[in-house]
Amino acid sequence: MEPIIETRGLVHRYHAGRENQVVALEGINLEIYPGEFVVIVGQNGSGKSTLAKHFNALLQPSEGEVRVKGLDTRDHERTWEIRQAAGMVFQNPDNQIVATLVEEDVAFGPENLGLSPEEIRERVQEALGSVGMTAYRDREPHCLSGGQKQRVAIAGVLAMYPDVVILDEPTAMLDPAGRVEVLATLRRLNREKGMTIVLITHFMEEAVKADRVLVMKDGRVELDGTPHEVFARSDELRRLGLDLPPMAQLAHELREAGLKLPTSILSIEDMVAALCSS
Amino acid sequence: MFILVENLRYVYRAGTPMEAAALDGVNMEIEEGSLVGLIGPTASGKSTLVQHLNGLLTPTSGRVVVDGVEVGRKRGGLLELRKRVGLVFQYPEHQLFEETVFDDVAFGPRNLGLEEDEVRKRVLEALGNVGLHHEKLLKRSPFELSGGQMRRVAIAGVLAVKPKVLVLDEPTAGLDPAGQKEILGRIQEFHRDLGMTIILVSHNMEDVARVVQKLFVMHQGKVVLSGSPREVFRHEPTLREMGLDVPQVTRLMLRLKEKGYDVRTDIYTIEEAKREILAKVWRGTVNA
Repeated sequence: MEPIIETRGLVHRYHAGRENQVVALEGINLEIYPGEFVVIVGQNGSGKSTLAKHFNALLQPSEGEVRVKGLDTRDHERTWEIRQAAGMVFQNPDNQIVATLVEEDVAFGPENLGLSPEEIRERVQEALGSVGMTAYRDREPHCLSGGQKQRVAIAGVLAMYPDVVILDEPTAMLDPAGRVEVLATLRRLNREKGMTIVLITHFMEEAVKADRVLVMKDGRVELDGTPHEVFARSDELRRLGLDLPPMAQLAHELREAGLKLPTSILSIEDMVAALCSS
Repeated sequence: MFILVENLRYVYRAGTPMEAAALDGVNMEIEEGSLVGLIGPTASGKSTLVQHLNGLLTPTSGRVVVDGVEVGRKRGGLLELRKRVGLVFQYPEHQLFEETVFDDVAFGPRNLGLEEDEVRKRVLEALGNVGLHHEKLLKRSPFELSGGQMRRVAIAGVLAVKPKVLVLDEPTAGLDPAGQKEILGRIQEFHRDLGMTIILVSHNMEDVARVVQKLFVMHQGKVVLSGSPREVFRHEPTLREMGLDVPQVTRLMLRLKEKGYDVRTDIYTIEEAKREILAKVWRGTVNA
């Protein structure tokens, strides 16, 4: 299978050649395949957002190359195609909402594709439904809460029928119910429609639910594996400046106290099962 | 009472068909020098409530009194309130605007009409309080700093006004775990070392539980639960119905209890959970 996103020797420098040059990415080789649910974690400044912005040609490599659906992101002729294939949702929804009504905001992208009004209506309805915002379709976005606005922003991307949705900390400002709903939406899109998802987050509970977790530090991918593989390496994660999910942390401390517990404990269910079989 | 909220109602767009009561009879008492948490799902009224504390909003009915000053009562009361209550909004770094870190933090004290010597003293002190007192930083543009540093500069700008009450709306949102720990540690220092009264608005239960003495839970414009984190987390089903989460450790204890183990369920730290499991759950061998 062809990767949907591929980076080869990707280096990115901010202020290149100037005194205040910063090397944000130090040679990333990465393949993301259709249908994957990939979570990227790492401390602030580790390069996560810089990497994600290469996935839809918002940034260009200083060295190396990035391909989306096989298209080279340096090819300006293809930028539009790339952005349609790789939709991006940012942390702050206020910066992403453009229209005065929710449904107009979601329709903004499809309208630019020159689709028929029926097709646009259908897409808007579907997209709002999948983020649980149908009841708000004729509201003004500025009257919505931060969480609701973010769901509208996600719907706006979904209405473009992208191949991959890239989300840069979309749940940072949501309450737990909002976070669960957005996460459930992303998982449903992934499971039922095979949508490829790349999610940047600080919430380790969200990483636990992914197919694959990438851990970044100082512009490099330091760990790459399933959640079980990655979170079993507790000492390494701590060195990379990250916390374990709470249950993995508790299991780690109980193991240090001498209990024989598996290193694969990530959730409350895992923990209950392990303790009850002791 | 240092902060008193009595039967507070606040109605947005009153008298129009869009009328909506954001606060519907809130009662709350906060003692001087305490560190409390205000939690609640989106649109429960948390932000509307805290905007009353420094007079950004005035009650539709009911009253709010902070350190003897009643909100919306007398002329000139507003300045008194703004001096007493510092409000740090969500993503406060979006409100940085000056060319240097020094000038940004100096904005508040200068507006109070203080002498430049006093302004300088306060700026250095406030930056010291957030761990950013390096001489080199003062002349830098705040926009060249990391996200966590920018947020600390924004908080310093509020501290420099020397409020007695500090309200922080989601102060750790969007920061990485190291940045979150840094901010929460600083907030505990403001409380302990500066004797400030602190109100922490958040939906991150795990964080809030660790640092606050008392929690107020808001839902649909009312305070529905209050007490120590331990007391509040006992109401797990109620919290979940409201769309709030209890810490994972508390949920684990509840599950173990359901399985027939005689464990305490008012636990919310990993350390406590570890002790409880070692004492009451584990039946297998322990390697010394």
